[in-house]
Amino acid sequence: MLGSLRDLAPIVLVIAFFQLVVLQQPIPDFFNLLVGFLCVVAGLTFFIYGLEMGLFPIGGSMAYEFARKGSLFWLLLFAFALGVGTTVAEPALIAVAAEAAQVAAAGGMIAMEPQAQLEYASGLRYTVAFSVGFAIVLGVLRILKGWPIQYIIIGGYLLVVIMTFFAPKEIIGIAYDSGGVTTSTITVPLVTALGVGLASSIKGRNPMIDGFGLIAFASLSPMIFVMAYGMLM
Amino acid sequence: MGFWEQFADITLATIKDVIPIVVILFGFQFGVIRRRIANLRKVLVGFVYVVLGLALFLLGLEKALFPIGRLMAEQLTDPDFIRAWSGPSDMGLRWYDYFWVYIFAFAIGASTTIAEPSLIAVAMKANEVSGGSIGVWGLRIAVAIGVAIGISLGAWRIVTGYPIYWFIIAGYIIVVIQTFFAPKMIVPLAYDSGGVTTSTVTVPLVAALGLGLAETVPGRSALIDGFGLIAFASLFPIITVMAYAQIAELRTKRSKITD
Repeated sequence: MLGSLRDLAPIVLVIAFFQLVVLQQPIPDFFNLLVGFLCVVAGLTFFIYGLEMGLFPIGGSMAYEFARKGSLFWLLLFAFALGVGTTVAEPALIAVAAEAAQVAAAGGMIAMEPQAQLEYASGLRYTVAFSVGFAIVLGVLRILKGWPIQYIIIGGYLLVVIMTFFAPKEIIGIAYDSGGVTTSTITVPLVTALGVGLASSIKGRNPMIDGFGLIAFASLSPMIFVMAYGMLM
Repeated sequence: MGFWEQFADITLATIKDVIPIVVILFGFQFGVIRRRIANLRKVLVGFVYVVLGLALFLLGLEKALFPIGRLMAEQLTDPDFIRAWSGPSDMGLRWYDYFWVYIFAFAIGASTTIAEPSLIAVAMKANEVSGGSIGVWGLRIAVAIGVAIGISLGAWRIVTGYPIYWFIIAGYIIVVIQTFFAPKMIVPLAYDSGGVTTSTVTVPLVAALGLGLAETVPGRSALIDGFGLIAFASLFPIITVMAYAQIAELRTKRSKITD
């Protein structure tokens, strides 16, 4: 509880400073603000508590069991399902896909009709979800094989840079942003626990060097896939 | 809408988000691994806490933070407000007249990142795995500074209208160079910290700022230029986290020399 208060204090200070000193306006609706703030503090406290009780242990224990079982097929299928399943229903992604369809229609890439926009948006959503599934599979393979992460990431960056010159201008901003929106608050702890758990249960892997990096893959690959989608559609 | 009604709505929406994850987790646990989960009850209670916590968190943001944050983003990007500080001028606004916007972008980027739940999760895990050598607060502050720099630079880009990919490519080049010099241990964590910064708290506020700016700066399109701030916010933490590790390493080297 105290920790959560401390985490939120900077936001309160920033808002108070800009509202009172810079904009020189009173704080509107003080009561609602206070209730909301208390909800945020309580929510953050519960979340962190639940993280250590539920999400971290199950991510870690499943990683351990998969490593012990030694079945590559099921592990990769699990990784893919986790990537797709957590992304396809992500509210931030749904919002970004709808806006992207508007941009595409305004840019004359697709017809102005709602039907065409809807198809474009859902196509984009499935593209991103598939790309996150693909990224988690690639990331899990990397942990198993012990590939160094920097070559894959730098290779990915190169691909992003090259594609930037060929992708339609309207899609570039959205493609860059789509990397950031795919990783939600529940996915991140789970995927992190999975990666670290796998790296700790496989001999010769260092959890610090091999365990992290899944999120990086999950944020890089949608950029590539969304630009490809913009080029092909 | 009443408080409880709103709370029930948000809780239901959160549960809907969690269902696919729970189905996949338990499907594989019972269908493939076929072993009982240790402390099943504790894990389930943990899930309930996560959902409840997230719902409360979102409700509070929706009630308190987002309305005032969006309002402030609108007011700060309002040409009348900017003119009031820059003094009467017949000329158009110059990029440095927007200085309050940059300061706000920096401050709100840093403070929302400190409160970002997924960053807290990764910092806790990194602290545990590194045996305490990576401090929870050190990592969080390094990431927060990265987001702050990223968002204020992104706001400046919207005002000046330079193409977004110049910045992204330049950022990538810095990341690649740093990768070769940073301690090996930090590199994967640094790459990860780019993706975790932008979830529940930061995105809605930052998006409001970007859209507000793109709508009021002449010659910008909200659809094309409003995007891209999130990309900035996920690129710069990679640079600052590696820099944090490099500085820490430098310090230990220096203290060894003086010993």
